[in-house]
Amino acid sequence: MVISRFKYLLIFVVSVLLQVVIFNNFLIAKLVSPFFYILFIVLLPFETPRSLLLLLSLALGITIDLFTNTPGVHASACLLIGFLRPGILDLISTRETLESASTPRVKSMGFNWFATYLTFMVVIHHLFLFFIEAFTFQGFFITLLRVILSSILSIVLILLSQFLIFRN
Amino acid sequence: MKNLFKLIYRYHVVFLFLLLETLSLSMVVTYNNYQRATFFDSSNFLSGTLFERFAAITQIFEFKQVNLKLAEENAVLRTALQEMLLKNSHGNYHAADSIYLPKIAKDSSQKVVYRFTTARVINNSVNQQHNFITLNKGWREGIKADMGVIANGQVVGLVTNVSENFSTVISLLNSKWKISAKIKRNDYFGSLSWDGKDYRRVQLNEMPYHVPVQNGDTVVTTGYSSSFPEGLIIGTISDFSIGSGSNFYKIEVMLAADFKNLVIVGLVENKQMNEIKQLESLNKYGN
Repeated sequence: MVISRFKYLLIFVVSVLLQVVIFNNFLIAKLVSPFFYILFIVLLPFETPRSLLLLLSLALGITIDLFTNTPGVHASACLLIGFLRPGILDLISTRETLESASTPRVKSMGFNWFATYLTFMVVIHHLFLFFIEAFTFQGFFITLLRVILSSILSIVLILLSQFLIFRN
Repeated sequence: MKNLFKLIYRYHVVFLFLLLETLSLSMVVTYNNYQRATFFDSSNFLSGTLFERFAAITQIFEFKQVNLKLAEENAVLRTALQEMLLKNSHGNYHAADSIYLPKIAKDSSQKVVYRFTTARVINNSVNQQHNFITLNKGWREGIKADMGVIANGQVVGLVTNVSENFSTVISLLNSKWKISAKIKRNDYFGSLSWDGKDYRRVQLNEMPYHVPVQNGDTVVTTGYSSSFPEGLIIGTISDFSIGSGSNFYKIEVMLAADFKNLVIVGLVENKQMNEIKQLESLNKYGN
């Protein structure tokens, strides 16, 4: 139990560091910027209590906000996916698949399941984040394009990380 | 009453979510004034130290290029100084290799108003709507709020928050900041801001139709804001059109400073800032 808590603390720190130091400096074709850090919320165990899930999401969002001078923007987007995560899990899987493992990983749940789950989480997060950041529906289609392209990059990066770093 | 508690307990996750979400969204909304950001600011100790560590590693590779740029700037400044010295010698022109250096007249009209200093960029972004820059100097090194930030004589931003060892700068690439700017050729001025789309272009607004505008015109600072001296280069006009149903031009300005490649920046302090501000504040209460 203690080891597992330490592991998630480590994932938290590593995702924030990677986001702040590397991925925040990405800007491809003036449109695409990936948000890799939500990996932490994605990887939390299935049986995480829902209120704890919300508090952890808030902590993650506020930490990113501290580094990017955007009070509330990342926090609110993270809270949304933290709140919707149990619903997404119910939507895309049956009771047996959820009981067969304790954590959402590629290894235990299969690539297709993980990719579907990840896509839901990333797209909802990015959609909310980019529109809150722009705070207007002016330039709706350019913001939508940013959401789509950034989501694709984030999904690819998180999937890659599953094969390279967070294999266990 | 018992039923109410039951209801709250049953939906406590929903209530918690609504509460926290309202709190964070209210933070987004109340953040409209950029100077109010004190806690959420990368000049705080934690992120300041982290950014400085990483900047020290990543900027090693850029220093060669930075040195070249600084050497170039030195050469330009030296030439300008030479011209200035010659001009101030009251008509006595000397050859460039002459030993004689005339003294610059020191009457009150030529008092030094602007003090310059430099700092290193330790964090910077161009990919958000509201971009900020973090510098490795704070009030211990004499950095103050409202100092202008420049790179190679080109406008970059304005210092907003200062801590002991770090300071944050609101970048020109921040849609919440406006600066007055004029066309160098004819001195007509407007207000310059960023629409958040392209990090190489900003928009010059409030320029009426009768003003002659050309592609390639240089846009410079006006000196009205008292944070920047007059005539610092901002960029050149790359495109302009007549907005539909508006009395003003839509002017696109290509930025002169490369915001993706800032390492060393200069800071400008107006020594008469307090005097100007005090005087201007009288007008607010006067009527």
